[in-house]
Amino acid sequence: MRSLFAFVSGSLFGTGLLISGMTDTRKVQGWLDIFGEWDPTLAFVMGGAMIPMAIAWRLTRGRNPALGGMFPAKPDQKIGHNLVIGSMLFGFGWGLVGLCPGPAVASLSYGGIGGTVFALAMFVGMRIAPVLRSRLDAVAAAV
Amino acid sequence: MQQDWIWGLAGGGLIGIAGAVYLLINGRIMGASGIIGGLVDGTAGNQAKERAWFLVGLFLVPGIFSLFLEAPRTFVTENLWAVVAAGLMVGVGTRFANGCTSGHGVCGISRLSLRGFVATVFYIMAGGLSVILFKHILGWV
Repeated sequence: MRSLFAFVSGSLFGTGLLISGMTDTRKVQGWLDIFGEWDPTLAFVMGGAMIPMAIAWRLTRGRNPALGGMFPAKPDQKIGHNLVIGSMLFGFGWGLVGLCPGPAVASLSYGGIGGTVFALAMFVGMRIAPVLRSRLDAVAAAV
Repeated sequence: MQQDWIWGLAGGGLIGIAGAVYLLINGRIMGASGIIGGLVDGTAGNQAKERAWFLVGLFLVPGIFSLFLEAPRTFVTENLWAVVAAGLMVGVGTRFANGCTSGHGVCGISRLSLRGFVATVFYIMAGGLSVILFKHILGWV
C-alpha cells in the first residue's frame, strides 16, 4: 500500500510538473530573469501547490498518517551554514540550466542528452554531498 | 502565451495534491531532493521501496503523457559543461540544504517553516544572480 500511494503521488507530481510547464527550462529561467522578458508562471505553480499543501498540514493536526506511523515533526528551525550555502549553490545551478530535482526526473524520458547528463551529474553531486558536508562542518567549527 | 498561468495554477494544484497524498497517507514530506538523495547515498533505509515507487511514477507518467501531447521539450542548453556544472551544484546544494523547490518551497512554506522560507529566499536570489551572470553578462547559456 505504501508503494502504491507513493507511486500515485509521484505520478501526480510528474503530471503537475509537465502540464504547468515546469519541465520547460525556458519558463523557469524566464521567471528568474527579472531583466529579461519576465515569465510569471512559476509563481502561479508555487501558489497553486501551496493551497492543497496548507490544507493538508491543517488536516495533520490530531491525526496520524492513514498508513500508520507519525507525521514528520517540524525540524529544528536553526538557520545554519549548510542551509544557506546549500540553497545558494542549488539556486546557482538552478538558474544556470533551469532544472531542479523534481523536473529533472520528470523530464528524463523526453529531455534528450542534456536532460540525461544533468540528472547523472545531479546524482553524482548527491552522492558526494555527505563527504563535502562533513568537510564544510569541520571548517565551520574551526572558524 | 496568456493561458500559461492557468496551466501553471492547475499543474501547481496537482503538485500540491501529490504532496498532500504523500503526507496524509504515507506520512512523508514530498521533497524531490530528499527522496532521490536518500536513494543515491544509501540513507533511505526502510523508506527505499516507497521512494523508488515515487520516482517510478515521477519518471514514467510524464513520459507516457508526452507521447500524446505535442512533444514537450525541455530546451536544456547545448553547453554540456554548463549542464554538468549545474547538475553537480543542484545535487550538492540540495543535500547540504536538506531540500529543494518541492521540500523547502512547497512543503516547507505551506507549514510556515522558517527554514523553508529562508532556503527559498536564498535559492531564488542565487538563481536570479545566476541568470544575470551566465545569460546576460557571460552569454554562456
